[in-house]
Amino acid sequence: MSDELVQLLTPEGERVTHPDYATSLSGDDIFQMYRDMSIVRRMCDEATSLQRQGQLALWAPSQGQEGAQIGAGHALEPSDFVFPSYREHGVAWCRGVPPADMLRLFRAVSNGGWNPYTYNYALPMIVLADQMPHAVGYAMGAQRDDDPIATMVFFGDGASSQGDALESFVWASSFNAPVVFFCQNNQFGISTPSTVQSPVPLYRRAEGFGFPGVRVDGNDALAVYEVTKRALERARAGEGPTLIEAYTYRMGAHTTSDDPTRYRVDTDVEMWKHRDPIERVKALLSREYNVHAAAFEEVEGEANQIAWQLRNDVLAMVAPDAITMFDNVYADAHPLITEGRKDLIELGMTEATS
Amino acid sequence: MTQMTMAKALNEGLRRALASDPKLLVMGEDIGKLGGVFRITEGLQAEFGEQRIIDTPLAESSIIGTAVGLAIRGYKSVCEIQFDGFIYPAFDQIVSQVAKLRKRSEGAFTMGIVIRLPFQGGIGAIEHHSESPESYFAHTPGLRVVSCSTPHDAYWMIQQAIASPDPIIFCEPKSRYWEKGEVDLEETGLGLYDAAVRRHGTDVTVVGYGSAVKRLERAADTAALEGISLEVIDLRSVAPVDIDTIVQSVKKTGRLVVVQEYTHVASVGADIVSEVHRRAFYDMVAPGIIVGAYHVPYPISRLEDEYRPSVERILDGVDRVMGFDA
Repeated sequence: MSDELVQLLTPEGERVTHPDYATSLSGDDIFQMYRDMSIVRRMCDEATSLQRQGQLALWAPSQGQEGAQIGAGHALEPSDFVFPSYREHGVAWCRGVPPADMLRLFRAVSNGGWNPYTYNYALPMIVLADQMPHAVGYAMGAQRDDDPIATMVFFGDGASSQGDALESFVWASSFNAPVVFFCQNNQFGISTPSTVQSPVPLYRRAEGFGFPGVRVDGNDALAVYEVTKRALERARAGEGPTLIEAYTYRMGAHTTSDDPTRYRVDTDVEMWKHRDPIERVKALLSREYNVHAAAFEEVEGEANQIAWQLRNDVLAMVAPDAITMFDNVYADAHPLITEGRKDLIELGMTEATS
Repeated sequence: MTQMTMAKALNEGLRRALASDPKLLVMGEDIGKLGGVFRITEGLQAEFGEQRIIDTPLAESSIIGTAVGLAIRGYKSVCEIQFDGFIYPAFDQIVSQVAKLRKRSEGAFTMGIVIRLPFQGGIGAIEHHSESPESYFAHTPGLRVVSCSTPHDAYWMIQQAIASPDPIIFCEPKSRYWEKGEVDLEETGLGLYDAAVRRHGTDVTVVGYGSAVKRLERAADTAALEGISLEVIDLRSVAPVDIDTIVQSVKKTGRLVVVQEYTHVASVGADIVSEVHRRAFYDMVAPGIIVGAYHVPYPISRLEDEYRPSVERILDGVDRVMGFDA
């Protein structure tokens, strides 16, 4: 890893100092992060199993990226607005999205999964970088409302090559939009290594657009928290956008349809295992805060309960009646919606009668 | 009644909408000090300020993409795409996001976005400045497409489109921007999705929209000299089509000619012909036809009169459907 990286906690769980960032988190805060990371990893394992058992159409696992996601999620305020990509289960968890709702899209019983305004957390975005101008637009709206919130948008190293990503940087800079661009560089866009997306470190792109870029150890939740918190504060204070590159590794497959053994080497995976975001926090908690095995076991038990509940909730999810496909396509009456509904009813393919 | 050009009517319509809704923004390239390359937004930035009349970076995808974010935040946007041929960089945002987010959010998001699009040819322009991309958007569930053909409709339809909670591709026939017409500032008349019967007739129903409407009226004048009575329908709403008005007309005339400025393949006109046949088959005395353009890219503008449906070609189409039962 590069020495440009902001790191406050080594893979071994040793604290390190950084000239610009220091930990502001208490032992309780760090334990809460440990708990959240553990739960999200367990949920993610359960989702992968559900997909393997034919209960989900697809799953995009986030193992290995919990440090980046929980660190960032903890830095956000409830009033901030977040635009995710499709792998931010940890951020969704921090925003309060119920785990079962996160899986509705993957079980193909919903096009979304939740009301974004309930959690100030938009819907998963599968088209790469499409959410980035949305975030800039939302931030421009908050700016016009004189509402001192930040907007944060998640994307990956793959998405960083999209035109919309680069356009967003231009817009955010031109309008001094209160937005934080959070790039999880997990080293691969499916099989394409991040060096193909950007031979230079991604965070350095920000300079060309006229705002700060920071590369943080994405597997160090403490560092991610501090870097994100400062970027969000800058945005809220009207000081403009920041690009954060959280340098991490996708331990699992791109999705359950992917086979990463075809394009990456075991030694890399092994190396990153030693940089695990959860283990290093656990080591710190044990050593510095005297957290005992019983407390970790309690978290494990809680994570299991949440995963089993998730399984039950998912198995209970059934496809809605076919007539719902006509809902919310348009706000106003539309003749083809009326006609389609009528046709489906006449064909007897719905329980609806009008 | 006031005389004004379509450009002025659009400008006045935007001004009125901006005055009544502080959450309405106008975004686009060169729309501020310059007033837009067609001057449709002239004077708006001076009146409503740079925070609401936004000169954007030259990035169409993000003009639409940021409008989506602004819509999520509760703002309405009128986005100007400078020319028809420049809308394609924004195609993904329009088709994947604007059209779908209401559905995906189960109604939580309202995509109140109007995308203004100077379209169609006839101004002797160079490459990428004369296209008719409306069928791409008409094909997309979640979107609506409308087109004005008169200053009166321009004035009212732009305000109706802004008031609509659905996203609308607002197609403006650029060749008609500078033609004057009567605008009734008090009476809105038709709804946004209603077709207008511009001329009543008994022999052939001719349908078109945008710049074609005036040519249909001229064709009706010429045909009348030969004793053929054309009923001219201005579609106004391209998607959804007010099919009832067309079917009602065809049931009377028995003949249909649809005019459009692009290939008939997978087009709005093809859909109208198909639908009318389905609904009025036994009232028809000739097969409905399209008088469209050829299946070639929009040609060099020195050949555009041979490409676009001229009055002569429209009349030839009328002769073809008239001759069918002769």
